[in-house]
Amino acid sequence: MAGLTLRNVGKRYGALSIIQGLNLDIRDGEFLVLVGPSGCGKSTLLRMIAGLEDISEGTISIGGKVVNDLPASKRELSMVFQSYALYPHMSVRKNLAFGLQNFKVSRTEVERRVAEAARILQIEPLMDRKPRQLSGGQKQRVAIGRSIVREPQLFLFDEPLSNLDAELRVQMRAELASLYARLGTTMIYVTHDQVEAMTMASRIVVLRGGKIEQLGTPQELYTRPQNLFVAGFIGSPKINMLQTRTTRGSGKTVVSVPGMPDFAIPELPADDQALTLCVRPSSLRVGNGDVTAQGTIRLVEYLGSETLLHIALSSGQVLLATDNGRTPYRMGDPVTIGFDLSDLHYFDSAGQRIEPIQKESQAQ
Amino acid sequence: MKRFFARNAPAYVFLLPWLIGFFLLALGPILASLYLSFTRYDMVSAPRWIGWGNYEYMFTRDRRFWKALEVTFTYVALAVPARLIMALGVAMLLDKGLRTIGLYRAIFYLPSLLGASIAIAILWRQLFAADGVVNQVLAMVGIQGASWITDPDTSLYTLVVLAMWQFGSPMLIFLAGLRGIPRDLYEAAEIDGTPGWRQFTRITLPLLAPVIFFNLVLQTIDSFKTFSSAFIISNGTGAPADSLLFYTVYLFNEAFKFFRMGYASALAWFLLVIIAAFTAIAFFTSKYWVHYENERD
Repeated sequence: MAGLTLRNVGKRYGALSIIQGLNLDIRDGEFLVLVGPSGCGKSTLLRMIAGLEDISEGTISIGGKVVNDLPASKRELSMVFQSYALYPHMSVRKNLAFGLQNFKVSRTEVERRVAEAARILQIEPLMDRKPRQLSGGQKQRVAIGRSIVREPQLFLFDEPLSNLDAELRVQMRAELASLYARLGTTMIYVTHDQVEAMTMASRIVVLRGGKIEQLGTPQELYTRPQNLFVAGFIGSPKINMLQTRTTRGSGKTVVSVPGMPDFAIPELPADDQALTLCVRPSSLRVGNGDVTAQGTIRLVEYLGSETLLHIALSSGQVLLATDNGRTPYRMGDPVTIGFDLSDLHYFDSAGQRIEPIQKESQAQ
Repeated sequence: MKRFFARNAPAYVFLLPWLIGFFLLALGPILASLYLSFTRYDMVSAPRWIGWGNYEYMFTRDRRFWKALEVTFTYVALAVPARLIMALGVAMLLDKGLRTIGLYRAIFYLPSLLGASIAIAILWRQLFAADGVVNQVLAMVGIQGASWITDPDTSLYTLVVLAMWQFGSPMLIFLAGLRGIPRDLYEAAEIDGTPGWRQFTRITLPLLAPVIFFNLVLQTIDSFKTFSSAFIISNGTGAPADSLLFYTVYLFNEAFKFFRMGYASALAWFLLVIIAAFTAIAFFTSKYWVHYENERD
């Protein structure tokens, strides 16, 4: 096992900068997920760690040793590819053993490790099949098995579940989590799926445009997003964002939201006129709260255990609210919606999180 | 029947040029040559039926037939692997990603366009002549070159070199095949510390096997039919000492120099049998070494 340190890491293709001045410490034995939209540089970063891409600037250290100039094979890591990258002309057994044969591992040791990986991943009956005779999930297991046999210090996963159907993805997610619990090896996992990130990660790095937007545990990212991008990216259904105009006077800050009555919010450290207030759909309900407004139900999405209500304010803005699976509401129903001030997230005009002063003094 | 033609008439109208070409220009001569192979025919008097006489003469009494076979087999055995290795080597270089790849592809294909022409065969004769460019270059480094084309020991190899030089067409097919191998496989191999040579033998070659097979069959057929370069370089005789007596040159001479059209037809049919046999062997053995990604189980 090994930790990983990235210092001022950058990647450029000619004039195009993909990653800029990135600093990151990944702890020994951590399951770190790199998440972000397409083109944010997450796969490039993973490939730089793997040694498949040159590092334009900065240093990458694995286990305290700078690996910038080390070839991929000397970094003691293994990688699971999105496409699985199984050798189509080799049986599962040969696919598992192929990498080990390059490292002067004795034949009996190769056989032992292959058998052990097959047992862990329950692919023993498939050992003599070719990849084309396997289902997507089975291929994925073999790809993971090929990583396990190397007994690496570091596992890298590049969107390994994105080619699987929804049901299999959920199943493989659980299997990966239990594999991590069992091996305890440092794992770096790239995905664009925030559900995967939230369910598996020890910590998540949210990337955008080659920069870290936030690093934290799934709970931290969900409950205290540092900026509007993270607030919008983490959480499903997506967080509601209310653009406001604020006025200050007589010790109160009052906000105006189009389509809602004005309401007072706790005092904020920033003297900003244009705040964005965010509230999760789970905190927005039909009924009362510290703040209420009138709206009309535009769409009811029944999801089984819960229902997602799309509620339009008189301004036309549509807010999302979750209700239980037995919701009585129908399209076109006029409703009163409400939320509590304690459930609000505040962001300044630059999109950065600000904490109400009042909250802190109350906490003390 | 009437309805069948009414329904399919447009198709047959479009097929007509090919059908006319096939029945008049191909099938007719093919069947005629099969018939002529059992006759004695000098193109002046009427063919005379002699049964298996031509074939019997070919196998039992014609010493030059066996020489032509020896020359052709030697050439095929050397030229096909040489050309395929050259083509694969150049394709791999191009696959590594030369910037102006389109231009390079065109440049590398040029010899194949020119190679089969009479002009290039004449050029080749000049290059490898006793006082040719090759020997002049060798002389500059102090080596006394042989008389490549007029020496029976080396003449065939000059043609093998010419064949190697005509690598363009298989090279393009190899290049397409190499492009079809997912990069991920090489990256996975790289992470697993697989040395370049092992990547080539364990990943590239097996995954390229269908393309190698395709090129092997085409190039084998092509090489058995090699004519113009051998004809020009040997002045149409197969000289020196029959070392360039390619099967097709021998066949041509029998037909159009000695007017033994019946015997030449028999030679042509036997060449067809040889090519068919080699192709069949290639197809039969392919199941042991050619892996198809989408093969049905």
